[in-house]
Amino acid sequence: MPMKLQCPLCGGEVEVPDDVLPGEIIEHEDCGAQLEVYKDSNGNFALRIAENIGEDWGE
Amino acid sequence: MRIAIIYDVIRWEEKDLVRAIRELGHTPILLHVTSFFLDPNSKPPEVDVAINRCVSHSRAVASAIFYEEKGIPVINSAHTLIVTGDKLYTTMKLVSHNIPTPRTLFAFTKDTAIKAAEKLGYPVVIKPIIGSWGRLIAKAYDRDTLESIIEHREYMHNPQYKIHYIQEYINKPGRDLRIFAIGDKVPLGIYRVSQYWKTNTALGGKAVCAKLNEEIVELTLKAAKAVGGGVLGVDIFEDPERGYLVDEVNGVTEYKNTVRVCGKDVSKMIVNYVVEVARK
Repeated sequence: MPMKLQCPLCGGEVEVPDDVLPGEIIEHEDCGAQLEVYKDSNGNFALRIAENIGEDWGE
Repeated sequence: MRIAIIYDVIRWEEKDLVRAIRELGHTPILLHVTSFFLDPNSKPPEVDVAINRCVSHSRAVASAIFYEEKGIPVINSAHTLIVTGDKLYTTMKLVSHNIPTPRTLFAFTKDTAIKAAEKLGYPVVIKPIIGSWGRLIAKAYDRDTLESIIEHREYMHNPQYKIHYIQEYINKPGRDLRIFAIGDKVPLGIYRVSQYWKTNTALGGKAVCAKLNEEIVELTLKAAKAVGGGVLGVDIFEDPERGYLVDEVNGVTEYKNTVRVCGKDVSKMIVNYVVEVARK
């Protein structure tokens, strides 16, 4: 069953599949925000604004 | 076996590694390093081995150091990641192991960079020593272009951009090679085909499965060993006169396009290799 999390940008509801993994990037369809799934200090799934590509990113 | 994946952002490769770990009968332990803090005095996680897949080089090195010091074998190791994350260090390792590379000079000022370019002859390729995906790699056709590029670098905040890595321009035949070393095996590789001089697939280079020969395999293994070994993507140029030249070695190599065109299960090869390392 999909989880319902809060968008940190617009405050709206974001539906996230139940097999989501921390580190996945999803787009909030309502406001267009790119969001990263992470686990908060209580171990619960939460969303934050995804990082921009850093100058040390790559392979 | 309990196999950790150390990562920050999940790409296709990390998800596919989770699949491969499960299909081979092991347990994936996901260490999403931006979800928690790292405590040097903590008990190490209960894992037998870890695969480092951080997209941020700084986080890859920091987390590899942390988990290695906690007694967990990490692939790639902090040493391999430090060498491959720095183009100057990689070149030094390749040259000191007598591996053919494009002629490269390093300079710390604009004046010495210009002298270096004159020694190599224009056009030259100027690269930052850090970074990936072809980012900020420029070709200077003459002194004017080189001066402009260096001037931009001099106003950039990161001091590493002021270490100028200047390389002869290799007239490639519209492609280069990305060959994979997994431990002491070289199972596959691709041509990266592009009419543009930068062939990175991140910039639109087309992947075509490559036929490997003995020379490519031997060179790839030598290059992988020179940088510390592990799971590596070795970039090779075909110089019309000198033959194969190793350009770079990638320490957190991506392989989605390679799997797509070669049809091999690279993730399972990686998992089998890390299991072998853990058992030693």
